[in-house]
Amino acid sequence: MVDCQTHFCPGCTHGTAHRLVAEAIDYFDIQEKTIGVCGVGCAVFMYDYFAVDAIEAPHGRAPAVATGIKRVQPDKIVFTYQGDGDLASIGTSEIIHTANRGESITVIFVNNTVYGMTGGQMAPTTLLGQKTTTTPSGRDFRNDGYPIRMAEMLANLEGVAYSTRVSMHNAKEVIRAKKAIRKAFRMQIDDMGLTFVELLSACHTNWRVKPLEGQKRVEEELIPYFSLGVFKER
Amino acid sequence: MAEKILEKGNIALAKGAIVAGCRYYFGYPITPQNDIPEYLSAEMPKVGGTFIQAESEVASINMVLGASAAGARAMTSSSGPGISLMQEGLSYMAGSELPGLVVNVMRVGPGLGGIAPSQGDYFQATRGGGHGDYFNIVLAPASVQEMFDLAIKAFDLSDKYRNPAMILCDAVLGQMKEPIILNEMKHERPPAKPWALTGAKGRKSQFLKTLYLSDGEQEVHNLELKEKYDILRKEDVIFEENGLDDAEIVVVAFGTVARIVKTAIQIAKEEGIKVGLIRPITLFPFPAEVIRKTVKKIPRILVVEMNTGQMVDDVKLSIEDKVKLGFYGRPGGGIPTPEDVLRHIKVMFDEEGF
Amino acid sequence: MAKIVIDRNRCKGCGFCVDACPNNLIRIDTKLNAQGYLPAIIEDNENCTGCALCAEVCPDVAIDVYK
Repeated sequence: MVDCQTHFCPGCTHGTAHRLVAEAIDYFDIQEKTIGVCGVGCAVFMYDYFAVDAIEAPHGRAPAVATGIKRVQPDKIVFTYQGDGDLASIGTSEIIHTANRGESITVIFVNNTVYGMTGGQMAPTTLLGQKTTTTPSGRDFRNDGYPIRMAEMLANLEGVAYSTRVSMHNAKEVIRAKKAIRKAFRMQIDDMGLTFVELLSACHTNWRVKPLEGQKRVEEELIPYFSLGVFKER
Repeated sequence: MAEKILEKGNIALAKGAIVAGCRYYFGYPITPQNDIPEYLSAEMPKVGGTFIQAESEVASINMVLGASAAGARAMTSSSGPGISLMQEGLSYMAGSELPGLVVNVMRVGPGLGGIAPSQGDYFQATRGGGHGDYFNIVLAPASVQEMFDLAIKAFDLSDKYRNPAMILCDAVLGQMKEPIILNEMKHERPPAKPWALTGAKGRKSQFLKTLYLSDGEQEVHNLELKEKYDILRKEDVIFEENGLDDAEIVVVAFGTVARIVKTAIQIAKEEGIKVGLIRPITLFPFPAEVIRKTVKKIPRILVVEMNTGQMVDDVKLSIEDKVKLGFYGRPGGGIPTPEDVLRHIKVMFDEEGF
Repeated sequence: MAKIVIDRNRCKGCGFCVDACPNNLIRIDTKLNAQGYLPAIIEDNENCTGCALCAEVCPDVAIDVYK
């Protein structure tokens, strides 16, 4: 990682997720062969924080951009880093078809149930009853549907080699997340297909809570709906 | 009785839409226009309308297309990158002759750009933007009051011509606050829409399409669309003109820049320089005629925009006579000051100048 | 002899390390850092076991652990 202050809010686990990805890259000593593709959202500054080749993709299109890169450079390790708007809203077509083709890339999906960068609007993963700036009375399934569970959905596709959901709300889970990310990169190095890691995160600023409260909310409200675990592993 | 309130540009526009009878909003968050979906997410249910935060701008414009086809006044809003995604939808709407309002609160570009204001989407808005032989009706507010008024006007024109309408404003107008009058009486009742898809009860079934494969069909269709645009150019051009009677130079500017130019004109007056202003309010149809006539008496024009030169092309196309045409543009979020504009006005008088 | 060093000006005062330390050795300072945050500070390196849980949870890579 680049030695600098990040723009993330205090306690934002994007910082943690970045660090875990960087640790995996260091662990496998692939810094010079890694190419990152970031989405649009709070994660858009990824290229400032990782000392690897990287590109900013249009909103939602990172998996398609990554496909292009991996096909041209199949020996390189390619990963995307996307939030819940980028991957599960505008980018649903791209992630599903990239996963379906079984592109050997790693997708890091940070799910904090809101659109952070734009000020806290509803995300596809917003929980029922959750108030956001575009669901002022709480998410109602009759108007807005149900929260989407991406890790489970993608696990159904043949091209997916690994699909898991982890959390970062305390030290134990962070260590588990680290192992999951490491495994995802390992499987790409072994060319096994698409590897997908969904990381539950808090968005303290838009949830309007203090950092430690946010972590508690992940544990008590997100995990019951977005269960942790491995949904597919070849 | 009309009430006067202090309002933010984006919200004024949303209020105007509701007054115009729009009951369907579909959109996706993007800075600097999030106030519009956030406000409407609370207001639409209150007036019995529908708000959906769509999964993307592609989905948004297609939802507008559907709602419009079913006979409703529908709208979406976005900024540069999202408007780019909507181009296919706009092309289809123009081809099927569907009304609908798209709001572009412009930010800098190209690409992700930034959230600073810009007028760099002028070409995209006025040259169709999407594929095929069509135009959007484009309106450019220059005040929070106009954000309200032109939202209503846009729906009226869109329905009158059965063509998509676009409000082209920028981050400054979207975010600024000014006192406005919520004039509830202003809008024309939405016209009847016998062409709308409402179920073939008591009438023959009908459809909307854009595909014309038979020999010569597409040509006929394109010429019919052209006829509409010709009528639009004759009947519904809107612009503001100031001080043209005794001006030595005329400045052409729209939106936020026109406000800055007005201040520059005041400063110029104090220094003894007489400057006139033509402010296009419809960017399509462009007020070519008033510009063509004006330069017969005033042989100097300065075009000022927040881009590297877009509306200046339309000004050039409007002129027949030999005229000293100057351009001053600030792209990338740089906002010209009245002093900057005045400096460029003065250069136009310098014989060594342009 | 284990100890940790917290980069005072990188820390944003989120408090995760305070919560994570099994021996409660970290607290939030009452003096602002140069960024305007109230950073975490190590009270008592004497009793640090080098478990590194604080560093694991830190989103800002602000903690170095010496074992």
